[in-house]
Amino acid sequence: MASMRDIKRRKSSIQSTQQITKAMKLVSTVKLQKARGRAEQTDPYFNYMYKTVSSMLARSGNINHPYLTAGDSEKKAVVAITSNRGLAGGYNSNIVKLITDSDFKKEELNIYAVGGKGAEAFARRGYNIVADASEIMENPTYPDAMALCDKVLEAFTKGEVGEIYLAYTHFKNTVSQEAKLIKLLPIEIDPNDDAADSNILMNYEPNEEEALNQIIPKYVTSLFYGALVEAVASENGARMQAMDSATSNAEEMISDLSLKYNRARQGSITQELTEIIAGANAIS
Amino acid sequence: MAEGKNLFQVEIITPDRVFFRGDADMIEFNTADGQIGVYKDHIPLTTVLEPGVVIIHKDGEQKVAAVHAGFAEILGEKVTLLAELAEWPDEIDVSRAEAARERAEERIKTKAESLDLKRAEYALHKALIRIDVAHYR
Repeated sequence: MASMRDIKRRKSSIQSTQQITKAMKLVSTVKLQKARGRAEQTDPYFNYMYKTVSSMLARSGNINHPYLTAGDSEKKAVVAITSNRGLAGGYNSNIVKLITDSDFKKEELNIYAVGGKGAEAFARRGYNIVADASEIMENPTYPDAMALCDKVLEAFTKGEVGEIYLAYTHFKNTVSQEAKLIKLLPIEIDPNDDAADSNILMNYEPNEEEALNQIIPKYVTSLFYGALVEAVASENGARMQAMDSATSNAEEMISDLSLKYNRARQGSITQELTEIIAGANAIS
Repeated sequence: MAEGKNLFQVEIITPDRVFFRGDADMIEFNTADGQIGVYKDHIPLTTVLEPGVVIIHKDGEQKVAAVHAGFAEILGEKVTLLAELAEWPDEIDVSRAEAARERAEERIKTKAESLDLKRAEYALHKALIRIDVAHYR
C-alpha cells in the first residue's frame, strides 16, 4: 500500500488539476454563449444567400460558367477549420480523421489550414499545406473570410485546383457537434430545393453572367464566414464538455484517494497502538 | 392594405446582423449600372450593389445608411439587400473616415502601381460615402 504521504501528494496534485479544468470549463461556457449568439446572427444572411444562389442557378439552367464546372486540374483544395488550442476532446482529431479517412488521395490535396492544431496534424501526416491562416481563428471577422475566399478562388480560377471543399465542425447544439465535409465549387444544387418560386421570371443586371461572377464569390465567402463562426462555437462546446468530464473524473479520483488515505491513516494508527501495547506488555 | 399606400417590405441583411427590416414606399440605392429608385411592383430583378448611399422613404420620412458591396434582390412586394457591410449615420466615425480619405488621396497622388491605384480609389470611394452619410445625422 502506498504511504500516506504519497497519497496526499497525489491527491493535492489532482485537486489543482481539477481547479484548472473547472476554470477552463467556465471560460469556455462564457465563450460558447458569445460564439453561439454570433453564429445565430449570421444565419439570416447565409440562408438568404443560399436561397438566392440556388434559385438563380435553378432558373439559369445550363448556363456555362467557370464556377459551375469543375476545372481540369486533378488537385482539390480543402479548407480545414480546426482550433489553435487543444484540450477540446475529439474536436480537432475529428476534422483530421474526416479528411484522412475520406476517398481523397493524399497527393491531390492542397490544404488551406485554419487553426494551428489541424495544420500541425496535416503537416505531420505529410499533406501539402499551401496556406496557414490560423491567426483568424482567434476572432473571425467577415473581412478575414473574404481574404481567405480570395486566396482559394484565385487558385480555382487559375486552374491550380479543380474543386474546392470545406471541412468544419457543424454546431448542432451545446452537447453535439458534427465534423462536416462539404463541396463548395463547382456548385451543386439540390434540384428539389426551391421549386416553388422558380416560376418568377427574374431579370439580372448587368447580365446573368456578370451577376453570377459577383455573387458566387460572395456566396463562398458567406459559407466560409458561417463555417468559421460555427467552428468557434463548436470548439468551445467541445472544450466545455471535455473539461466537464475531466472535472468529474478528477472528482472521482479524489474521492477514491481520500478513501485510500483514510484507510492508510487508520492502518498506521492501529499499527502504532499495537506497537505501544506490545511494548507495554514486554516491560511489565 | 390601406388605400393609397404603396408599401413594400425592405430587408437589409449583413453577415453580422439583420440591419434593417420594415416597410417603405420607395428605396434608392446605387447599383453597378447606376443609381436606381424602386417603388412597389417593380419587375423582378437581381442586381449588384456598388458602394453607396441607401435611402429608405416612408411617409415622407427618410432613413439613410451607407452600404458597401453586396447585391439586391427585387421582387414586387419585397426588396432584399444583402450587403457585406452596412452602417447607420450615427455608427460612422467621421474622423476615421476623413483620415482614410486623406490616406487614399495621398496614395492616388503619389501613383504607385496600377493595382494599388484601384484599391486606393475604392478606399477613397468608401471614405467619401461614409462622410456623406454621416452628414444625415
